[in-house]
Amino acid sequence: MSAQDPIVVIGAGPAGMNAAKVLVAAGVKPVVIDEAREAGGQIFRRPQFELSRDDKALYGFDARRARQFRSDFAALQPAIDYRPETVVWSAEQSKLYLLRHGQPDVQRWSRLIIATGAMDRIVPTKGWTAPGVFSLGGAQIALKAEASLIGRRVVFVGTGPLLYLVAYQYAKAGAKVGAVLETGRPFADLSLLPDLMAGRSVFARGLYYLGWLRMHGVAVRTDVAPLAVTLDDSGNVKGLSYLFKDKTFEASCDALAIGYGLKAETQTADLLGLDFHFDAQQRQWLPTTDADGRSSRANVYLAGDGLAIRGSEIAAESGRLAASALLKDAGHRCKTDSVRHRRAIDMSARFRKALDTLFPYPSQIAAGIADETIVCRCEGLTAGTVRQAVHASGEGDINRIKAFCRVGMGRCQGRLCGPATAELIAASAGIDIAAVGRLRGQAPIKPVALGTLTNGPT
Amino acid sequence: MTKIFDIAVIGGGLAGCSTALHARIKGASVVLLERGRCGTQASGVNYGGVRQQGRHSAELPLARRSRSIWSNLETLIGSDCEFTVTGHVKLARNDADMAELAVHRTVLRDHGIHAELLGASDIRRRFPYIGPGYAGASLCAEDGHANPRLVAPGFARAARALGADIREQSQVEAIHVLGDIFSVTLANDPAPVKARQLVNTAGAWGASIAALFGDCVNEAVMAPNMCVTEPIAPLIGPNLGVCGGGIYIRQTAHGSVIFGSGLGTADRDALSARPIADVTRDAAAAAIAMVPQLANVLLLRSWTGIEGRMDDGLPVVGPSPNTAGLFHAFGFSGHGFQLGPAVGAVLAELCIDGHSPTSLHGLSITRFNRAANTHV
Repeated sequence: MSAQDPIVVIGAGPAGMNAAKVLVAAGVKPVVIDEAREAGGQIFRRPQFELSRDDKALYGFDARRARQFRSDFAALQPAIDYRPETVVWSAEQSKLYLLRHGQPDVQRWSRLIIATGAMDRIVPTKGWTAPGVFSLGGAQIALKAEASLIGRRVVFVGTGPLLYLVAYQYAKAGAKVGAVLETGRPFADLSLLPDLMAGRSVFARGLYYLGWLRMHGVAVRTDVAPLAVTLDDSGNVKGLSYLFKDKTFEASCDALAIGYGLKAETQTADLLGLDFHFDAQQRQWLPTTDADGRSSRANVYLAGDGLAIRGSEIAAESGRLAASALLKDAGHRCKTDSVRHRRAIDMSARFRKALDTLFPYPSQIAAGIADETIVCRCEGLTAGTVRQAVHASGEGDINRIKAFCRVGMGRCQGRLCGPATAELIAASAGIDIAAVGRLRGQAPIKPVALGTLTNGPT
Repeated sequence: MTKIFDIAVIGGGLAGCSTALHARIKGASVVLLERGRCGTQASGVNYGGVRQQGRHSAELPLARRSRSIWSNLETLIGSDCEFTVTGHVKLARNDADMAELAVHRTVLRDHGIHAELLGASDIRRRFPYIGPGYAGASLCAEDGHANPRLVAPGFARAARALGADIREQSQVEAIHVLGDIFSVTLANDPAPVKARQLVNTAGAWGASIAALFGDCVNEAVMAPNMCVTEPIAPLIGPNLGVCGGGIYIRQTAHGSVIFGSGLGTADRDALSARPIADVTRDAAAAAIAMVPQLANVLLLRSWTGIEGRMDDGLPVVGPSPNTAGLFHAFGFSGHGFQLGPAVGAVLAELCIDGHSPTSLHGLSITRFNRAANTHV
């Protein structure tokens, strides 16, 4: 590491940009690397210019924050070294390996803030690989970035606040929302109400989306268990059969959005060898940091949903905290009020915990996936194959099961199939989910053509 | 009274697991002690080449013996571990390489291994996907490749099914010789493991076990940098290599193309190894030079594992010169996968029969001839 190497922020969502803002205020010019064409992350993702719609339609209650984000970013952009449409394919001590427009590049770093966000968590349901089935995040990207809908009549299945938000956004954009099918029982446990109230406006918005959907005649059912995606003669989705109060129903649709909460994108952290811990509440492995986002490795910091799934507002706070921690460690003077940011995060912890409790990842549904259902779509492996690998080997470590049956070895590198596979293994082997371990990250973070890697000057 | 095993094996790589299986087949009682899980280091994460050609003549008797075990895997351990006889093509960069291949061909023939020399036009005709610029090649038709992730665990399972005591997560802390009994102290078990004979198949950690008995050799560490692509339609038939080392490429039945070149980093004490992005880039360039169609194929993963390397690039296999009942097999220097099954068979013979029909000439630890330290 050389002191001349820049400070690098990966991710230009709320966490990354707020970190950059704090750095700039201290006189530092960070390099900000982002996969997207424009800053904003998933929450403030913008349509291409010619498809633009007004902010209210795109972001609902977050319209003001979206505008604020954009004006902040416009002010910030001259003060940062901004690299949009740039993918990190590997990370090593003091070096990031990048691809931009098909050209490889190496970015050196002296200190690094990882704000890589999150992606959808899926539970495979029989038929989920058919055309017309999307992840919830994918459905949202279609709407925000491409101003298109995944279907005319859309059913939403899964769990979590995002389910209601996206259903609402789809309804407002003119789609017919066939049903919102929730696997959790969020309205059954009123004892958590005080904790939810701690979320104040976030909670109020959630209630609004729910009320709005119900008022507009959208069937919102909780405590359901999805059974199968039903297909028409040409193999396209035509509905979702599910179990509700011990009866089988079918919600008809021409597109289905699936989302069971979010999963932190941790590959960069993993390649850098950071420590992880199993978070039982969020039921996933997360990088271990101190309260301000210092990782287990010197000069590497984390913020946002890539550190823990806490939503965009906390992501912004954690970005500021990580940048302040970095500045302090680097001997800069930092005017940021860390105490205030820490308090804001603590305040929201109660709300977040209540959400995680009310909208749990449906581990039992994942553990009970029918043998014939495809779990790993890249490799075409069924739940039965994974169970068989567990039984034949007598082992329960996810990397061993991967080695034996190829689950998680495909193009998605286990990002999509990992959570459900872990549940399947834990149940089959009769061990705790934490004992299953986590799939090791391996470069490249996302697939890259050999010819692209070797393009241009080295 | 604690049980005294006939044989204790330290290290659950392929050589160790095969030793355990073959010793059980011959009726000996066996315990295998593995610090982590069987086949997770070099045995499990290597390239998967099953090749006889290109080896030093000292390794060829073992390679020949192993080759017959490889064709018999299904019977022996209940799985063929994806062993496929595709042939191995060793490409020549120039006429000097061709001359070397011609000499090597006669060495192979002396060991009963047939290789065919190919000219540049033969390569174009038979393997049209291979890039330009090669002077010729040697094809050993009975060589091939297998899935390394399956082999050592497969041997371990078969050994266990025959009654071998396979103990994973069992770290060896100390070894004492009490009369003619080896007493092995484990980190996670107060009761020491006792055996009449001891087999050291501890891979990159083999020299440190040997040193406990005054058998002192230098063993470096290496971590071959491996890559795998997305599955593509069948393209590459044989396992490909080139004179002088460098790039090696094979395509699995599943369609993925596996290739390697260069070394990643390894920390033997921390049990950690990782590929290096710059090495991966260079390997990608070398792979494209050998098989140009790979330029448009997606790289999915890279990996490495910890392997021991001896100064002369050959493994140590054979009895300890200092301690009766102790046998070593380690330091396979990046090409032990094919040899593993036979190494186990031979070690079992040495332990139980006192001799083996397979020559180990040139592989003894004594060839390094370093001053021995004091006896344990």
